[in-house]
Amino acid sequence: MNEQSTAIPKAQSQFGAVWQQFRVHRGAVFGLIVLGLLAGFVIFGPLFWPEVKLKVVEALKVKNQGPSLRFPFGTDQLGRDMMVRMMAAGKVSLAVGFVAMIIAIFVGTGIGILAGYFKRLDGPLMRLTDLFLSLPLIPLLLVLVMLFRDTIASGLGPELGAFLLIVFAIGITSWMQAARIVRGEVLALKEREYVLAAKSIGVPARRVILRHILPNIISPVMVAATLGVAEAIITESVLSFLGLGFPPDFPTWGRLLFDGLQYIQLYPERVIWPGLAISLTVLSVNYIGDGLRDALDPRIRGR
Amino acid sequence: MLTFTLRRLLLALPTLLFISLIIFLLVDLAPGSPMSEIPLTVPPEVRQKMIEALGADQPVFVRYILWLRQFFWVEPANLIDGWFGSNLAGDEQRILSWQSRSPVFTVIGQRIPQTLTVIGTAYLLGIAIAIPIGIYSAYRQYSFFDQLGTLVAMIGFSVPTFFSGTLFIIIFAVWLHWFPTKYDTTLLVTDWPSFVLQLKQMAMPVMVLALANAAAISRYMRSSMLENMGQDYVRTARAKGMTERVVVLKHVLRNSLIPVVTVIALGIPSIFGGAIITENLFGVNGIGAALIGAIHANDLPMVQTLAFIFAVLIVVFNLIADVLYGLLDPRIRYE
Amino acid sequence: MNLKSALLGAVCAFAMAPAAFAERGTDGEVKLTFPQAVSIMNPYLSSGTKDIFAASMVVEPLAGYDDTGALIAKLVSDIPSVENGGISEDLTSITWKLLPGLLWGDGSPVTAEDVVFTGQYCMDPAGGCAQLSKFEGIKSIEAVDAATVKITFNAPKPNPFTAFVGSTSPVLQKAQFAACMGAAAPTCTDPNSMPLGTGPFKVTGFTVNDTVSMEANANYRDATKPAFASAVIKGGGDAEGSARAVMSTGEFDYAWNTQIAPDSQAAMAAEGKGVFVVAFGTLVERLEMNMTDPSADLPEGERATVKHPHPFLTDINVRKALSMAIDRQTLTEVGYGAGGAPTCNIVPAPALYASDNTGCLTQDIEGAKALLEAAGWVDTNGDGIREKDGKNLSILYQSTVNPIRQDFQALIKDWWAEIGVETELKAIDPSVFFGGDAGSPDTFQKFYADVEMYANNFDGTDPEAYLTQYKCDKAPSPENQWQGENMNRFCDPAYDAMVAELSGTRDEAKRAELAKKLNDMVTKDSGIVVPLVHRGTLSAHSNALGGVKINAWDSELWNVADWFRVK
Repeated sequence: MNEQSTAIPKAQSQFGAVWQQFRVHRGAVFGLIVLGLLAGFVIFGPLFWPEVKLKVVEALKVKNQGPSLRFPFGTDQLGRDMMVRMMAAGKVSLAVGFVAMIIAIFVGTGIGILAGYFKRLDGPLMRLTDLFLSLPLIPLLLVLVMLFRDTIASGLGPELGAFLLIVFAIGITSWMQAARIVRGEVLALKEREYVLAAKSIGVPARRVILRHILPNIISPVMVAATLGVAEAIITESVLSFLGLGFPPDFPTWGRLLFDGLQYIQLYPERVIWPGLAISLTVLSVNYIGDGLRDALDPRIRGR
Repeated sequence: MLTFTLRRLLLALPTLLFISLIIFLLVDLAPGSPMSEIPLTVPPEVRQKMIEALGADQPVFVRYILWLRQFFWVEPANLIDGWFGSNLAGDEQRILSWQSRSPVFTVIGQRIPQTLTVIGTAYLLGIAIAIPIGIYSAYRQYSFFDQLGTLVAMIGFSVPTFFSGTLFIIIFAVWLHWFPTKYDTTLLVTDWPSFVLQLKQMAMPVMVLALANAAAISRYMRSSMLENMGQDYVRTARAKGMTERVVVLKHVLRNSLIPVVTVIALGIPSIFGGAIITENLFGVNGIGAALIGAIHANDLPMVQTLAFIFAVLIVVFNLIADVLYGLLDPRIRYE
Repeated sequence: MNLKSALLGAVCAFAMAPAAFAERGTDGEVKLTFPQAVSIMNPYLSSGTKDIFAASMVVEPLAGYDDTGALIAKLVSDIPSVENGGISEDLTSITWKLLPGLLWGDGSPVTAEDVVFTGQYCMDPAGGCAQLSKFEGIKSIEAVDAATVKITFNAPKPNPFTAFVGSTSPVLQKAQFAACMGAAAPTCTDPNSMPLGTGPFKVTGFTVNDTVSMEANANYRDATKPAFASAVIKGGGDAEGSARAVMSTGEFDYAWNTQIAPDSQAAMAAEGKGVFVVAFGTLVERLEMNMTDPSADLPEGERATVKHPHPFLTDINVRKALSMAIDRQTLTEVGYGAGGAPTCNIVPAPALYASDNTGCLTQDIEGAKALLEAAGWVDTNGDGIREKDGKNLSILYQSTVNPIRQDFQALIKDWWAEIGVETELKAIDPSVFFGGDAGSPDTFQKFYADVEMYANNFDGTDPEAYLTQYKCDKAPSPENQWQGENMNRFCDPAYDAMVAELSGTRDEAKRAELAKKLNDMVTKDSGIVVPLVHRGTLSAHSNALGGVKINAWDSELWNVADWFRVK
């Protein structure tokens, strides 16, 4: 036997295979790097660039400055360091984006699967989807804030309380898209031969869903998830635009963007930094989602 | 299919009634009062009288029943009167906006043309751009065009519309003076110069919205195409010797359009309510701007009526999307 | 006449020439933009200042105020007074004589019947008239003859210039509004949005919350005015957009309420296409201190009521120290620029009523600290917050969502931190804060906070009604559904007694003295109200628009008939 040419290549682990395919997608790798950098910036940045609290008088002397060594991103109209604000704001924005998306995907996928797989649940669940789609977001948020803000704030403090409320509100108003996508896929998958075969040999519904349906809807769920993060971050910035949300001295990128809009002609960098940050975050998340979608699809992998 | 459609239509009515109740209660529960924009110089006793005159102090269920009656009987009667010159409605109280004391449906009637013109055009333009981009991106996956198209699409929905809108205003209106900053709703298109003027004032809001719409739709198109490009029948078709053009545009595209068409159908209600920020920014007096203005002024009849109209649109277009999905994809079976 | 005066005369004539030689309708269209769109053209049903200003181009009152705050006659031959017999000796009635030959927009004559009708229209109990307070205390309005109206009051009224004075109280045409009395008032959509008036313009088109189109009124009493043939008011967007439309792109001639950041003001003014104009009325941005305890631990119905006095704001030293720590000059520069001035009075104008009160204008951090130390508020546990008897100086400071107010909050929080006071900031949606919804915990009447900040002013030039707001019985409480104007729950019998004295005083000098004393009682002497900035109304107009005289006492568009195109 010839030792070299007929050696069977070592089998790759599934994770290894996925990673291989992911690496091919240049955009996905770019997205991963950028997101990593942004996350690093907001999480570890304050360790290297701590906030120096100035007295009001001194702060006002340095107001409205452009980028310099002392203030790499410049200062705002009250003399606050924009870089420090960007870091603090980034933590909140990223957290809101991801947590809201997780809630939305969880709820959406769950409802989508149930609606797609069980005919009897389809009608009522889809009507529930219609109801949530019809709810106007702003009054809903106002009502939630009014009803729950004090109870939550007394338990967890005003900032964490506001964070949970906003994340919850965004999450429960953005699951509908994911639910529809998942339901559509499940409806189609339900009629595939292997599902029919599994049902015919008496596999309980729970196992059919977990073993056959769920792994095959990861692809559309990924797309929905990446769109969900984008939507969550943008919805948060729109809410800041309308003044709802976090306490005023609690910056988020959307808030910084909105605050900077009135100075756009004079100091455009105040709009560009947060705008760029939001855009890059969403961009990289989407690229990652794209790469993941390709990597997780066994039909594309290894092509 | 037919029984499915009929059953859905029948279900839609109680669903809509239930949704109307939820919306009514939700908007009512939200804090705020129509008196918030009244200057502080007006003393509390006068404010109380104003609230009574608006009918805002009646209990919520009384107002709900009154609103139901007005929405389902008085307003359609007025509509028929307007079309046919009859006098069905007579002097019945119509749904009045608390801000302007004008009938809500008059305001809607004034605003629908603007919304359809500007937002509707942006949606169509977005679709027209998105589909070819999505097709070609999927066909040449990872090529330069794909990367570029993906990049543009990503940018399209990464950037919030109020950011891109303001940037456009600064660049095109303030620096270059190409377009006006405020939309002139009194402009009547009667000849070529006024048509050009209309195009000019529509340009920026349409650009902003088309970019955002195209981004989302092109992503769906691309992912749907990619799923189908790997199918066996594509390989078969190629093996049979069909040209790429036929394979892609006749076979793959048709199957890929199914989810995209449903997404497009689902997006149509958002034409009306979704472009709130853009309408506000550019001064296009459309329905979305009416809703946000009414929310700020706590004009409950307006908010409730508009929200309910959107709900009706959403339910109707959901039904249309489902029926389309069933018609186009024979693998879906509805009983 | 020598050469110099001849030349001077010639120069004057030349400057006046555009105004003198302009005929009606020769200058084309004047375009105005408001950041909030006009909803209705009837000031009696209006939902805000924007509607009143827009309506002032079409409907007019009998008399108004000019830019100095003096009364001017509009539809009458002259202002009634005791001397000319227009006001009765016992101050219980006032008689107005209409100008001869006045016509409505449709050509019919203006008569005293229209004035009488307008009074009935607003005083109708079912009408929900927003300007009802202007008709308070009136016993009757009667038409003595076709051109004379006599208003009789229930009691002697030192200031009878309330009804039909100022753009909030115009005269409506009886024929047009006859079917709109009482409960039918809101249903008259056409008269409400296209009223017939005596003003320089007539409404030709109206889209709700969007655009008002007008043309010059052919029946206006001055045949050479207005110079503009048509006018349009476009609403919507924000203050930035409005200012930009006038100062940068030149698409509009006049932008109302362009309250933008001082730096932006300077940059736009530097472009040279237009100017910002500011007029100071009575609007004062202030901090109100809560004299009652807003703690969430108290049961609903007792929270923020006089049953529980505030733990530390009842100490006058704390209030004074909090005020001393604030640098009002900086606040004004950061927030309003030329559109504001630091102030220590809640009645900053007219000059007659403005108390000579400047003690708070200089910031004194050390003095504040010393005051707190002396009063026993010390930081015993080193956390940077002063306390006494177990009570921390920890303040919840609320205001509305507004970039300038948020900046103020941030600055004041820092200053108070320097003197050892901890502050938590809260920003509430304006429609909730000012909504007066008894069920919401965030209204400014409920005042579930220690300090709140907003701006308030009064109508016209007499501060009596305004100062009456601080009487003991005007405190909001569960008993009156939280509808009251004394947000601080300030209660001082001496104050109430002086207010009663003011309402009975007729002599103008004596009234002014009492008003100043009352102002001092709530500001300088007690520190209950901490005025910050005297805010002016800031608007912008292009250099191509002449004749603009911004007015803080009446509608800003009070003299739109005199506007012309600068050639």
